[in-house]
Amino acid sequence: MKITTAGALVALSLLAAGCSGSGGAGYGDDGFGMGSGYAGGDGMGPGGGAGGFGAGGADGIYQSYLPGTNISDRVLFAVDQSTLSPEAIAIIDQQVAWLRQNPGLPINIEGHADERGTREYNIALSARRAAAVRNHMVASGIPDSRISTTPYGRERPVATCPSESCWSQNRRAVTVVTGGAGV
Amino acid sequence: MVNTSRRTLLAGAAGAAAAVALRPFAAVAQAPLRIEITDGVIEPMPIAIPVFVPDTPESAELARSVTQVVVQDLVNTGLFREIPASAHIGRITNLDAPVQFSDWRAINAQALLTGAARESGGSVAVRFRLWDVAAQAPVGEGLQFDGPRDAWRRMGHKVADAVYSRLTGEGGYFDSRVAYVAESGPKSARRKQLAVMDQDGANPRVLTDGSNIVLAPRFSASGQQILYTSYQGGQPNVVLMDVASGSSRILNAINGMAFAPRFAPDGRRAIYSASQGSATNLFTIDLGSGAISQLTRSATIDTAPSYSPDGSQIVFESDRGGTQQLYVMSAGGGDARRISFGEGRYATPVWSPRGDLVAFTKMVGGRFHIGVMRLDGSGEKLLTASYLDEGPTWAPNGRVIMFYRESPGETGGPQLHSVDVTGRNLRQIPTQGFASDPSWSGLLS
Repeated sequence: MKITTAGALVALSLLAAGCSGSGGAGYGDDGFGMGSGYAGGDGMGPGGGAGGFGAGGADGIYQSYLPGTNISDRVLFAVDQSTLSPEAIAIIDQQVAWLRQNPGLPINIEGHADERGTREYNIALSARRAAAVRNHMVASGIPDSRISTTPYGRERPVATCPSESCWSQNRRAVTVVTGGAGV
Repeated sequence: MVNTSRRTLLAGAAGAAAAVALRPFAAVAQAPLRIEITDGVIEPMPIAIPVFVPDTPESAELARSVTQVVVQDLVNTGLFREIPASAHIGRITNLDAPVQFSDWRAINAQALLTGAARESGGSVAVRFRLWDVAAQAPVGEGLQFDGPRDAWRRMGHKVADAVYSRLTGEGGYFDSRVAYVAESGPKSARRKQLAVMDQDGANPRVLTDGSNIVLAPRFSASGQQILYTSYQGGQPNVVLMDVASGSSRILNAINGMAFAPRFAPDGRRAIYSASQGSATNLFTIDLGSGAISQLTRSATIDTAPSYSPDGSQIVFESDRGGTQQLYVMSAGGGDARRISFGEGRYATPVWSPRGDLVAFTKMVGGRFHIGVMRLDGSGEKLLTASYLDEGPTWAPNGRVIMFYRESPGETGGPQLHSVDVTGRNLRQIPTQGFASDPSWSGLLS
């Protein structure tokens, strides 16, 4: 098991945006509204790590952080899109700053998609999302050789309810530190 | 491998002739016993299938079991209605004795299937005769199938294929297998294992240990090899497995991030897609030499390819026009012609083995559908609808489509289903747990 992040799983109850309240199962043409639902840094706890994902209930926001920081390790995407939103760019810029401070650490960017697309297309879509993050990092001066990507398609959702409140969290790219466990 | 031999039952014709000779009036010319598979509502043909005659007392269990396989195959098509044994007047105790057709006519059987089974040593023999009750005449010759003991289900399937074929004029599909992904564990960390089973869900066998995500297997035409996507090595890779030995190898060791592999009809090449940067394009690989060639050079997503039965063309999905749509191009690459123009997104095209249709997944209005259209894009017809239907695969005769339907939510999961190309007869295929990504083999030899 590779060491990923030291962030904790924070499952906030989303009473207003729960599964049943998100307007049905329709394809949102713009599901990005939930992107502002980040838990922020206040929920960070010790330990946790990637192993904690997926055990939570259907409602909740899944969040973790770059090791020892309150910098989000993930950015979210609109339905069937790989364009970086202003919120996503702000997060990646924080990640870039951290990567500059920790120049020895290689990273893997995991691309993911929600379950409202077909399986194989979603692999390609998640590759495109990971590439979008990678390209922004490289344009910001991070050596391409530090970065690998893995397209997971819809195979590893963090949220499993059948509504936009969960799908929006699954349309993500997660920056995972793959070396330097001693950070 | 199982080799089931067949030979004509020479005695069949003589017995039938004797029976018919006693009732000459019944030989009045009439339409042959036939089920027309059309889009219309079909009244299932009433068929009587008395338990096959055991040739020896020790063969009784085999005879019962084989009969059950035949009945299930035929009834599950929705084209036949079995007249229950409790309603039978006639008794078949000797396959070679004349049939008392009046007994079967009295219970309104249109077709009568008689059979016998014998088990001796490690081998079994199953033979049958099919009768047109109204015409009091045999439908085709009697046939016998021989094989090893553990292939007894296949002999039942072969009998059912022969009956189906004679009464519909279509090729059969029961003696075939399905490769699929067996799924277990929580939705957020699903364990996925490559597996194979008979088309009716019997004899499931798991081929991978579940330590890597595996996706979308494809059977070779012979059913002896499987191509699939595996995350072994940490990235999606194209893997070729020999089913009998279980040995496998990664085909795209150099490229990385390759997925969606399918065999060319000749079995010597495969086509797949590979992601480089934000683009996903189509490639072919020679399975012998390993030589790779790139077919498409788009900056968009080209994936889910499928060869025409003659290997000359490819149907695939691409979002080059903005959203997922279906395209057809020459197997050598070049210009692609869009064929899907309806509302929504179209994905996972699969060329029918008859060559006449493409099956696909359609996403529209928040629902997923399995549908078919002709290769020029006309005649689109949606066969199913649910929260998530995906991954059509054709029965060897091009009349039935298997796919998976995934139920929503934390505890939801995929199950295999089949539906006729007419849209009728939606059925769940029994599997031990969740199952997805079916791939139907050709008819076994």
